[in-house]
Amino acid sequence: MTPTTTWYLVLAAVLFGIGAVGLMVRRNPLVMFMCIELMLNAVNLSFVAFARAFTDIDGQTAVFFVMVVAAAEVVVGLGIIVSILRNRPGATVDDLSELRG
Amino acid sequence: MLDVLWLIPAFPLLGFVLILLFGRRLGEPRSGYLAAAAVLGSFVVTVGVFFDLLSMDDHHRSHVVTLFEWVPVSSLQIDMALLADPLSITMALFVTGIGFLIHLFAVGYMHGDPKFSKFFLYLNLFVLSMLMLVLGENLLVTFLGWEGVGACSYFLISFWHTRDSAATAGKKAFVTNRIGDWGVMLAMFLGFQAVGSVSYSALNSAAESGVIASSTATGITLLLFVGAMGKSAQFPLYLWLPDAMEGPTPVSALIHAATMVTAGVFLMTRMNPMLAAAAEWAPQIIAWVGAVTALFAATIAIAQTDIKKVLAYSTVSQLGYMFLAIGSGAFVAAIFHMVTHAFFKALMFLGSGSVIHGMHHEQDMRRMGALRTVMPITAGTFIIGWLAIAGVPPFAGFWSKDEILLFTLANSPVLYAIGLVTAILTAYYMTRQVIMVFFGEARWESHAEEEGAHGEFKPHESPAIMVFPLVVLAMLSVVGGIIQLPSFGIIPKGLRHRLEDWLHPVVAPGEAVISGTAAYDAKVWLAGLAILCALAGVVLAVLVYAKRRIKPLEPQLLAEGWRYDAAVSAFMGGPGRRVFAAVAWFDATVVDGAVNGAAGLVRGTSGVVRRVQTGNMRNYAGIVGVGVVLMLTWFVIVRGVL
Repeated sequence: MTPTTTWYLVLAAVLFGIGAVGLMVRRNPLVMFMCIELMLNAVNLSFVAFARAFTDIDGQTAVFFVMVVAAAEVVVGLGIIVSILRNRPGATVDDLSELRG
Repeated sequence: MLDVLWLIPAFPLLGFVLILLFGRRLGEPRSGYLAAAAVLGSFVVTVGVFFDLLSMDDHHRSHVVTLFEWVPVSSLQIDMALLADPLSITMALFVTGIGFLIHLFAVGYMHGDPKFSKFFLYLNLFVLSMLMLVLGENLLVTFLGWEGVGACSYFLISFWHTRDSAATAGKKAFVTNRIGDWGVMLAMFLGFQAVGSVSYSALNSAAESGVIASSTATGITLLLFVGAMGKSAQFPLYLWLPDAMEGPTPVSALIHAATMVTAGVFLMTRMNPMLAAAAEWAPQIIAWVGAVTALFAATIAIAQTDIKKVLAYSTVSQLGYMFLAIGSGAFVAAIFHMVTHAFFKALMFLGSGSVIHGMHHEQDMRRMGALRTVMPITAGTFIIGWLAIAGVPPFAGFWSKDEILLFTLANSPVLYAIGLVTAILTAYYMTRQVIMVFFGEARWESHAEEEGAHGEFKPHESPAIMVFPLVVLAMLSVVGGIIQLPSFGIIPKGLRHRLEDWLHPVVAPGEAVISGTAAYDAKVWLAGLAILCALAGVVLAVLVYAKRRIKPLEPQLLAEGWRYDAAVSAFMGGPGRRVFAAVAWFDATVVDGAVNGAAGLVRGTSGVVRRVQTGNMRNYAGIVGVGVVLMLTWFVIVRGVL
């Protein structure tokens, strides 16, 4: 039994769902950050799967862009999160609401 | 010396800065001498420039020194440029010359004043502003000086600002002048719009060549005249000038003789090609306003009891003469009268200052009398000033007034009649003043008892530093007429019309030509008539005030200046104030309401909308999720992508 495109898509949906639910329920900023990465990579997986299925290079190109953006986002986001946690150890995202309107 | 033209305003500027920095340390006499020396410095430079110009050819007597680019904004190019030509140098000569004498006088007059150095600070700033005004090469530089003299007059009139009347008088002068400034500004805008420049050469050559439309020229002329009315105290804006007597007397002399009030006459003369290009009736309006002012102020002057008020109304009246001349196209005569008037009016103001000084700050003429015995030099010089202003030959005032009347008759016989009546009144009220102050019985004797606390009250002659300017000005008032003698048979050819030849390049476009008229042919008879009028005024006043053959006629109405001042106050205080209150209400409710309403709307909306920013991360994530779902629904169901 060889894996078909559907398998990959199901896996991507499951990973995305884990990421989305994790983002909604967890309060640790670092874990939430990882959830976002998970969702991004779930989407990447579905892009690659579609690219293989339709033998179209465009899907893989999009993945490169997503990875570049994700890398940049990690640099900035991790920097912010590390400096926040250094100032306020153990802070959850619920504590970080200074910009509330 | 032409290239160091900038030194003329630089000297008073230097004096101003030095006194500003070190005034207190320099102390009483020295800061005064420093200020006087600064003005003397610019006088010397002006004389140098004058002789330079004199040695030049008639057509080349115009030299522009550009100091720097002032306003370089695309098509609006304005330079900080000074212009030396016969007109500006004539003005600068008497501004600095008489200014210097007034500075000297003030050193004596302000003796013991606690704000001594500050007074000279303002005086130097005043002279600086006036020099910028006359030397400016474009309307904006002139306007800079124009505003400068306005501000300085405010400082100086309310110099003794702890006195309520002085503070009010200063404010009045400032506000009234602002009305005039409005006219000058609009004229400037109009000139720039029509010609694309505010420099005198551009505006005047446009007016001469007819590039500028007649209606525009009329507008510029009349707006400039509004400015001149404010600055040169013409009806109906004259009312600041009599109140300006609240300032120290040297200030009155400076404002009334050498600077400030002459600015309007100067500006009209500077723009004379514009007047020539304007519609026929525009100069006639100027002539009529001048004539009405001359007569109106003269009638008020005959009933005043304050020694300085008489002189103030007389100044208004004489300025009316100058505008009468300008409206009749007699620019040379206007400048001539301005110069001679500067001599004798400065003399008389300083003389009255000397009297006030000697009388221990008494200004009421009813308490003077017989002062010639105790103040012989002041009395002698004042009498010369009186003869000059009354129009008795061969004193300076006779020649200039005669010239104005000659041109006026060529313009309109009615205006000429008004001028003659004014001449009679002028001789009358000046004689009245001289008799009340210097002759008759000494009415200050009874006054002495009130001053008992100070010991014996005795008027005294002023110190040498105050008497010296009086003597110099008296000599100028005697011989001042020599600069522009008429072409009467007995006068040598070389002495005739000197000022006219000198000013010719500047005033040629606007100057009226009267050589063929009946008035010109009868000029000797007219001079005789003017002398008769002057003598009639003098004799009448002698009969009334010295011989007491006729009861003096000084109706209360005239003493109150035809109640014009009171009427303006009542109007401005009553209906005027209500209009201002209504405007203020409109501003506070409608204009401010619109602005505040817009701001309130934004504030209220944002107050509601900002609640969305909860600061709760999951909230945002949920909104993003919902948004994605909604977008998917849109694409799938409505657009049918799948």
